Amino acid sequence: MNIPDQLKYAESHEWTELDGEMAKVGISDHAQAELTDVVYVELPEVGNLVEAGDPVAVVESVKAASDIYAPVGGEIIEVNDAVQDDPALVNTDPYGAGWLFKIKAEDTSQLTALMDAEGYTAHIS
Amino acid sequence: MVSEAENQEVKQTPLAARHVELGAKMAAFAGWEMPIQYAGIMSEHLAVREKAGVFDISHMGQIWVRGAGAVEWLSGVLTNDLSTLDVGQGQYTLMLNEKGGVVDDLIIYRSAELEFFLVVNASRIEVDFKWLQSQALDTEGIELENESEAYAGLAIQGPKAVEVWTEMAAGLGEELPQRNQIAQVKAGNGDDLILCRTGYTGEDGFELFCPAASAVYWLDKALVAGCEPCGLGARDTLRLEKCYPLNGSDLDEEHTPLEAGLGFFVKMDKGEFVGREVLQEQKEKGLSRRLCAIRMMVKGPPPRPHYSVCAAEGGEPIAELSSGGLSPSLKQGIGMAYLPIACAKAGTQLEIDVRGRRYAAEVVKKPFY
Repeated sequence: MNIPDQLKYAESHEWTELDGEMAKVGISDHAQAELTDVVYVELPEVGNLVEAGDPVAVVESVKAASDIYAPVGGEIIEVNDAVQDDPALVNTDPYGAGWLFKIKAEDTSQLTALMDAEGYTAHIS
Repeated sequence: MVSEAENQEVKQTPLAARHVELGAKMAAFAGWEMPIQYAGIMSEHLAVREKAGVFDISHMGQIWVRGAGAVEWLSGVLTNDLSTLDVGQGQYTLMLNEKGGVVDDLIIYRSAELEFFLVVNASRIEVDFKWLQSQALDTEGIELENESEAYAGLAIQGPKAVEVWTEMAAGLGEELPQRNQIAQVKAGNGDDLILCRTGYTGEDGFELFCPAASAVYWLDKALVAGCEPCGLGARDTLRLEKCYPLNGSDLDEEHTPLEAGLGFFVKMDKGEFVGREVLQEQKEKGLSRRLCAIRMMVKGPPPRPHYSVCAAEGGEPIAELSSGGLSPSLKQGIGMAYLPIACAKAGTQLEIDVRGRRYAAEVVKKPFY
């Protein structure tokens, strides 16, 4: 299972990569493996204001729809249109081409609530 | 979270440990811990459409009915005409309540002149058995036996199912029974097997019932013979493409088989049976609703059970989906719902509400695939 060291992880299996105040979000390799066969991704509108913990996107497999939660509050500044055209990117490249949305964080200290790679590894094992 | 008390009530089939070894994702279904998927629903689905797959169906129920009056008695509690069955033949049929609602849908085989083998839905075993017992109260010489615990079951489905059996039965020299027929055979390891040439996928295939203790032996034989292990996820998408109803979703005690579009399996002219009066009235007055096949017209989220079905162009909600999902064969969203008869015609434009957004859909002819 691929769990990159430089990312932060939520209990609900989103990963976050912080670059300044910009937080890029996707779902973990573990999450995509559990879902299998992602067939549809619903992304938020750019410009939406969200709070940490809000359900802001939906990733759907053949079997179920799963909410994706904002790991940090702020403004949605970009979404990955490529996964709407090709949802399988979430399976094939969850930390790369399969990213979901970017949030301009209001308060990056909210991210300290997330787990590091070691903590997340323990969480899913 | 599931509490421990609830957890204890979830039953395991004799194959539970083997499923986990094979990498299955397990979840509760109809009171049983069952494999939902192994490699993935898409690949398992396509394996059954193109080659062969094996499903654990040990959760399903097996009930024997024996006795001199069995034909007449069963004819009074089931909708299809079983007097047409020769020994070895089977048929799809329904058990109704007094309101004409579906207690269960099942397959009945005439295993001997005065002996019948009923394969019923997992969630309905106790309900069915009690219902049958209550109907047998005044009937002498009817013997009912619920042997669901004694058997494990495998469904081997797909265009290569015959080849799979040939390899599984190496040295046994037994051919599969013909479509909808049953055969009881003695296997090389001493097992008494029941083979039924039927399934729930729309492909050729058979169901094999063996002693519970031999379940792993026969599952492994099927895998060695080339079957993909398949879970309930693929079983659901396969049956939905064929518009086979799922009990508890598309069939329940509030809907009649005529409303479900299963009139072919209801023989009104065979004589009395439980629920017939209500069906007769529906035939005379016409149906007010009908279980319809609905296809999404746009690329969008997969339709799912309980989503609202609405009239087109922002109209009112008129029903909710009883089944729904993405069709792996068609790569399209498909579902079924009981629609008011005015909206039940193929070509009727509809909208499905998904999380507050409307997506265009259309009533189509059954089946989807």
